[in-house]
Amino acid sequence: MAVKKRSESIFLILFLFCFSLLSPALAITPGSDDGYTINGRVKIPSLGAKGLLLLGKLSNVKVILNGGQRVTFLKPDGYFSFHNVPAGTHLIEVAALGYFFSPVRVDVSARNPGKVQAALTENRRGLTELVLEPLREEQYYEIREPFNIMSLLKSPMGLMVGFMVIVMFLMPKLVENMDPEEMKRAQEEMRNQGVPSLTNFLPGASRS
Amino acid sequence: MAIPGFLLVLLFLSCSLPALSLYEDQVGLMDWHQKYIGKVKQAVFQTQKAGRKRVVVSTEENVIASLDLRRGEIFWRHVLGATDAIDEIDIALGKYVITLSSEGSTLRAWNLPDGQMVWESFLSGSRPSKSLLFIPTNLKVDKDNVIFVYGNGCLHAVSSIDGEVLWKEFIAKGVEVQELIHQLGSHIIYAVGFDGLSQFVALQINAKNGELLKHESAAFPGGFAGKISSVSSDSFVVSDATHSVLVLVSVKDGGISFQQTRILDLVPDSPGTAVVLPTKLTGIFALKINDLVTFVKVIDEGKLEVVEKIDNGAAVSGAVSFSEGQEAFAFVQNGESKIHLTVKHGLDWSNNLLKESIEMDRQRGVVHKVFINNYLRTDRTYGFRALIVMEDHSLLLVQQGEIVWSREDGLASVIDVTTSELPIEKHGVSVAKVEQNLFEWLKGHMLKLKGTLLLANLDELAEIQRIRLQSSEKSKMTRDHNGFRKLLIVLTRAGKLFALHTGDGRVVWSLLLDSFRKTGQCNSPVGLKLYQWQIPHHHALDENPSVLVLGRCGRSLDANGVLSVVDTYTGKEISSVGAAHSIVQVIPLPFTDSTEQRLHLLIDADQHAHLIPRTHEALSIVQREFGNIYWYSVEADNGIIRGHVLKDNCDLEVSDGYCFNTRGLWSIVFPSESEKIIATMTKKSNEVVHTQAKAMSEHDVIYKYVSKNLLFVANVAPKAIDEIGLLTPEESWLVVYLIDTVTGRILHRVTHHGSQGPVHAVFSENWVVYHYFNLKAHRYEMSVIEIYDQSRADNKDVWKLVLGKHNLTSPISSYSRPEVVTKSQTYFFTHSVKTIAVTSTAKGITSKQLLIGTISDQVLTLDKRFLDPRRTVNPTQAEKEEGIIPLTDSLPIMPQSYVTHTLKVEGLKGIVTSPAKLESTTLIFAYGVDLFFTRMAPSKTYDSLTEDFSYALLLLTIVALLVAIVATWFLSERKELQDKWR
Repeated sequence: MAVKKRSESIFLILFLFCFSLLSPALAITPGSDDGYTINGRVKIPSLGAKGLLLLGKLSNVKVILNGGQRVTFLKPDGYFSFHNVPAGTHLIEVAALGYFFSPVRVDVSARNPGKVQAALTENRRGLTELVLEPLREEQYYEIREPFNIMSLLKSPMGLMVGFMVIVMFLMPKLVENMDPEEMKRAQEEMRNQGVPSLTNFLPGASRS
Repeated sequence: MAIPGFLLVLLFLSCSLPALSLYEDQVGLMDWHQKYIGKVKQAVFQTQKAGRKRVVVSTEENVIASLDLRRGEIFWRHVLGATDAIDEIDIALGKYVITLSSEGSTLRAWNLPDGQMVWESFLSGSRPSKSLLFIPTNLKVDKDNVIFVYGNGCLHAVSSIDGEVLWKEFIAKGVEVQELIHQLGSHIIYAVGFDGLSQFVALQINAKNGELLKHESAAFPGGFAGKISSVSSDSFVVSDATHSVLVLVSVKDGGISFQQTRILDLVPDSPGTAVVLPTKLTGIFALKINDLVTFVKVIDEGKLEVVEKIDNGAAVSGAVSFSEGQEAFAFVQNGESKIHLTVKHGLDWSNNLLKESIEMDRQRGVVHKVFINNYLRTDRTYGFRALIVMEDHSLLLVQQGEIVWSREDGLASVIDVTTSELPIEKHGVSVAKVEQNLFEWLKGHMLKLKGTLLLANLDELAEIQRIRLQSSEKSKMTRDHNGFRKLLIVLTRAGKLFALHTGDGRVVWSLLLDSFRKTGQCNSPVGLKLYQWQIPHHHALDENPSVLVLGRCGRSLDANGVLSVVDTYTGKEISSVGAAHSIVQVIPLPFTDSTEQRLHLLIDADQHAHLIPRTHEALSIVQREFGNIYWYSVEADNGIIRGHVLKDNCDLEVSDGYCFNTRGLWSIVFPSESEKIIATMTKKSNEVVHTQAKAMSEHDVIYKYVSKNLLFVANVAPKAIDEIGLLTPEESWLVVYLIDTVTGRILHRVTHHGSQGPVHAVFSENWVVYHYFNLKAHRYEMSVIEIYDQSRADNKDVWKLVLGKHNLTSPISSYSRPEVVTKSQTYFFTHSVKTIAVTSTAKGITSKQLLIGTISDQVLTLDKRFLDPRRTVNPTQAEKEEGIIPLTDSLPIMPQSYVTHTLKVEGLKGIVTSPAKLESTTLIFAYGVDLFFTRMAPSKTYDSLTEDFSYALLLLTIVALLVAIVATWFLSERKELQDKWR
């Protein structure tokens, strides 16, 4: 009693032949009354290899048609399908934590069924088969730079400490290395110029 | 924490950090995330096998989830699309969860342990119909367990291994199948239902190939109403069209026979309509009349006999079979502050298998649903546990008279959110506490220092993380200096108010509003919105802040309104009014009375305005400001926007002085054949704008047009109402207007050809940003419009300022028609958007960031500087210094600028921002099925030290400096002495 009215279903994947043997998606699904079927596949390389095991689980990936009109999930092999899609130009987005996917524009037309018309909207790259791959991985956290002594020294407090160290240990050395006579002369000069010496202000340093 | 003296130091420190990013170990410091599922519709237990005991539930938020039966935690969860409502769930093969959704057209199987989707089948049909999922336990077709689905007027048999449709049988037009039945051992599926209103139909279908074996029907002159409830495999109970007669239908080989029993004979003096509850018990069915549940037994020859009547009956569970062929079921009665759970044997009515009374929080309301499950006790007897869904949508597991766990799943359906301050800290803290705190504080910081210097071992690292996360400071119940601690007042669909603490997200209080519960006068109340009713400061500090909850009795606009005022400190209802009129619109007025209560105007369906609070003081304020009250209304269906003013007191029969007639002032009618309103947006009424002037490069100044009475309207071509995918760019356009809501003047109009909705917009200061779909490029776009006041533009001449010939002091009036100029620019944006919000800070000085709720349920921040119409491809040196970013065709998406980092706010619905007291910081609350809260500093925390600021290092430096001073002093003393001796 099954009546086929317009059972076109476009297949956007040119399957790799190893998959074409296994894939249940290749089985020609009875097309619905007035729509097409979009079949595709999400391929995430090295899933879970980079510590994103918890985030990037395949079961938590959603495929979204036309900004939320329909939402579907991935099968264990990464395939997805939207059934009963009317002719037109559609937008498919993939929501997967940890990966950046470009939305894909898919043309479903009544005139030439079976012809693949898909393109990434981000870089206008055409797709010969509807296999969606992430453009890049997304790292949501800043990487904390490993501790090194230089960064501590470069911090304002480090600089302050460093300066104090210099004053404490190097200045006395410098003063020591000076010729005492030269020093005396310099002090004389200073006094003559009327520059108030710091020592004058220090308590208990009253020199007559 | 705000130490202005360290501003410089801090600038130094923060310059090296990129804005808004988060380190992995900072997760949970200022953010929290809560996962919910929503009100449970159906539950299936999976406890037979060894291993983790779980219950699979489907909810009204389109969530399918597997919960830990011991603690109520979520093992896995999937939120289906908004239009993909779950009809039924079940478990097949003991390892797959089967969901039927989208009115019986999508069938999915999920792996029970990890929630991975195994297969998905699309079941097409011919006409919309009821949907049924039926998984017979012992029916195999070619060694394959078969799932039977009735949906869209077809009966499908689906293989449970790979979801392949084995056969499909169109059910004759007009026949509505109500039940699918399978008898053990046979290969025949029975389907019973109605044909039209009065024909009872029984079908026999071969389970192997879908062949229709027999089609029987019989007419019952009284007609049927409600659902068919099966009593045994060949007899059914259904009520007639008048709900006064019960019809017992028996389908035997000899045809269909009817036996009628008057309900009045079973249950005398029972007003109200009787509903047959589906229990799937053999020989017994339940009849619910208002609160009275009557169990009726079918004895031989179609006689009905009342077994028991239960008062205050709330819910009856389905039957559960335990041991060999024994059936049990449960019912719950509501009592005063208690609920009574009774589990009965299906065949032996005389004694109870279980009878328990459980203490129940009154704020949870009455029981809505109950599901039971059996387990084997250690002494080999059977025990029962019950999963109970309450009126406030919370979910409880009851076992041995105790609530084992509970989930506040009402929070999955947030309708509106507002914030409230916490009480001010009382003085007089004990010294001992301070000392202990100081010691703890120092210890914590020493640990942190160790962590920074990489000296800490693993235990200590864990301790550091624990201290950071469980800082008692952030979850205190008092107001803090920085304004980070607040209460989030949340209204849920169940009519319950929750107060959540921003520090850790715990529920401070909850209140099931009595006025939002089902009563005789108000049979389907819905909560609509929250308004700030009273925010005490200055002279009214003794008062507690309160919020106004607005609701309506029913979905239609002319249903009567419900108002309730709730104290946000105590969570008690102060007053509640069932308004005698409808409420179409609420206008919070910019006036408050002497107790800081805000005045509101309620506009009813007849265009009368009602003033609340109903006090003489409020009335006198309104009379004083009578001519200054303006509002607008949007009639999206007719494409009209109208402006209104108050006219005079209305003379209704209840003329009380608080009711006013209104008068239309202006109206804008959009041409219905070419434009249709799809979105409107105004500014937040409490937004603070720091300065009107905007300094530009080369000592130029432009003035922002910061009128509060601006309305953004987005219209699309009538054809473009539909979603993306069907239109060509030629037949679609988007027209955007900026309208002054006092004068009705259109300040700006722009058309985007080849674009369509949905439009999401955000309006702040003098700019509006909106997101829409560009069909030509087939990408989403975001546009910005900035609007500037040209009439003040010539004020930049210094001589004019000196000579006093400027117009800066001239009053700003809403009636004036200032010269405005607009600048706009458009960019591509990658993702679909669910909602857009903007950060708000206390004084409006800090630069703004957009908060974009993306389709993947994350919240992305985007600096407003990326949406600046003055961006050019090659900015001049002066413009670069000003911070203008070179123009790119699309907006950048940096993974580090997701405020939700690795989390998702499943089913994201809205984002609310609230300013903290600290100017740099804004609080962000995103809600959907999940809740997420964080705080963020759009221009970095320039006015406070960061969370991970090392006080210990500072202390260490100071100590080192002191030591150095003493040492050098000592050294110089000695030196001097030596010099003197020389």
